Amino acid sequence: MDMNTKSLKKNAFRVTKERGITASRVRIPGGRMEAKYLSLIQEIADTYGNGTVHITVRQGFEILGIPFDKIDEVNKLLQPIIEGMGINQQNGGSGYSAAGTRNITACVGNTVCPYACYDTTAFAKKMEVAIFPNDLHFKVAFTGCSNDCGKVRMHDFGILGMTVPQFEADRCISCQACVKACAKKSVQALSFVNNRPQRDESKCIGCGECVLSCPNMAWTRSKKKYYRLTLLGRTGKKNPRLGEDFIKWADEESIIKIVKNTYDYVKEYIDVNAPGGKEHIGYIVDRTGFEEFKNWALKDVKLPEIAEVTHRIYWSGIIPK
Amino acid sequence: MGYELSKEQMNEILSQLKEDYLIYAPKCFQDGGRFSDTDCIRYGEINKIEEIVFDKKAEYSFKEVLLPISQTLFYFTEDSVKEADAPKQGAIVFLRSCDLHSVKRLDEIYLRNGFSDYYYQRLRERVVFVLMGCQTAFDSCFCVDMGTNQSNEYDMSIDRSENGYQLDCKSNQLEKLLSQYATNNLSVTPAYVTETKTRVNIPSNLSYQIGNSNMWREYDTRCINCGRCNFVCPTCTCFTMQDIFYTDNEKAGERRRVWASCMVDGYTDVAGGASYRQKNGDRMRFKVLHKVLDYKERNGYHMCVGCGRCDDICPEYISFSHCINKLENGMKEVMEHE
Repeated sequence: MDMNTKSLKKNAFRVTKERGITASRVRIPGGRMEAKYLSLIQEIADTYGNGTVHITVRQGFEILGIPFDKIDEVNKLLQPIIEGMGINQQNGGSGYSAAGTRNITACVGNTVCPYACYDTTAFAKKMEVAIFPNDLHFKVAFTGCSNDCGKVRMHDFGILGMTVPQFEADRCISCQACVKACAKKSVQALSFVNNRPQRDESKCIGCGECVLSCPNMAWTRSKKKYYRLTLLGRTGKKNPRLGEDFIKWADEESIIKIVKNTYDYVKEYIDVNAPGGKEHIGYIVDRTGFEEFKNWALKDVKLPEIAEVTHRIYWSGIIPK
Repeated sequence: MGYELSKEQMNEILSQLKEDYLIYAPKCFQDGGRFSDTDCIRYGEINKIEEIVFDKKAEYSFKEVLLPISQTLFYFTEDSVKEADAPKQGAIVFLRSCDLHSVKRLDEIYLRNGFSDYYYQRLRERVVFVLMGCQTAFDSCFCVDMGTNQSNEYDMSIDRSENGYQLDCKSNQLEKLLSQYATNNLSVTPAYVTETKTRVNIPSNLSYQIGNSNMWREYDTRCINCGRCNFVCPTCTCFTMQDIFYTDNEKAGERRRVWASCMVDGYTDVAGGASYRQKNGDRMRFKVLHKVLDYKERNGYHMCVGCGRCDDICPEYISFSHCINKLENGMKEVMEHE
């Protein structure tokens, strides 16, 4: 049996424990798809696989138990899913292009969840178009609000939705629902002065609890959407750690630009001997220093006026030699 | 007298009226909803007729025009006091039949409840009401059962028609303006609904005995005492007083009155630190019985106008109309235990 495992992996199939048997990895960017594709996944699993599917941690389906010689057929059947989800593909009918950059995940977002500050799947898909396919090991995840149900701080780039609460004093009825909600559920950014809430801008994380709790629309959301960008969280054997805040009150365009800029930075500084040509960005930053990373990442980025950039970041854990 | 006017003619009339009036109507606050990427339909000033939202119900009522949410009554410093100015302009309010009926309730409380409230009266005298006809009821409306589905107490009515808007005018002042533009002299009757999907039954034997029913206990845990039901209600009239000393100079300040809610903590606080109706179910009981029992005993008609806004706004899906419909069984329950 002859199989180029490098090509196999780049085509989103896996080397499994069982010789000659692979699994097809179906990515769902932003975690949402039309339900009609489920029947296609079922068809592949029943016809070419062993009839089972694993729901992956990164919002995909792994169709299990596929013999190597069925890969071409599986790729043909996958084509409507790939096209339907608008995934960047190099050659039509050739299946997913897979490599280092991992599926972009998203929590359910504001089309469903009252807390979410934006459409997470829509942003994830924009990011997908900007960065896929790519061999470098990047993990990007989107979550609607500071609750971080998307666990985005475990990613290289975590994007958390924010809103700048707008206060219309004349609509306030002094019930303190916002003050209580902020104190109990968020960061105690609101105090009560002269029967009205006063917002400490430096504390506020833009979670929107005040807006949600206000019974009289005294608090509303900002027209513009903002995001917190967290950096270089990672799992793995060497030195797992949570991502740290990089920019508070960033905008969509800047975030896409920063992620794209980081690809240039990694290409410049990646360890040429890294196993499989993949290295977590965090280890590269540990080597070059954060300043150098920041210079590359923020190149030509025009942040909104209210954006706050962290100028030194100290991650936890030991920096490996 | 009835008229049919085009959109352009209506806008010319509005721009003339704006010289003397602030014009309030239900309008869409884009992205102004509680949740992200949602709108909010509520009252605001309009410039153009097409800003008025006819096909959805305003989440909040028009009452903030007559009863400002937060109203400064006077300013004080050292030994002098200055009364807050009245608005320079009068107000034209576009509203539906249920809301127009609620004006009678507001008047009852603020003009005929022992004395006439000065601050209310000075706004009220300068308000012109334009009735928006209702072709169909919204899901939560129960105006027919409350007898508020039709009203003749308007200065002018407005309904959308194929060629623009049909108006019925009862005000001489507006009549003068309209007659400059009138294309037709028609007989116009504002649209009104004769049936609603939501129905309510207020039992004829309803009495304060109902307070002993277990029906209220359900709301102890379901209700979160946020007060949204009160704030959207066109007939809730409670306020509280606040004396504010400005933080920059505590020798100066103002007294304002601010909407209050019988559902929200603090409403029943009294001197000495006591407080009543701690359970949310008891607050619900107090509110419901005010709307459909004790107000009627005093004034001869129900306070609730059946707009259904409290049903629409409740984040915990507590339905006021559903609660009213439980009263009959509640009465049976308490009468059995007599």
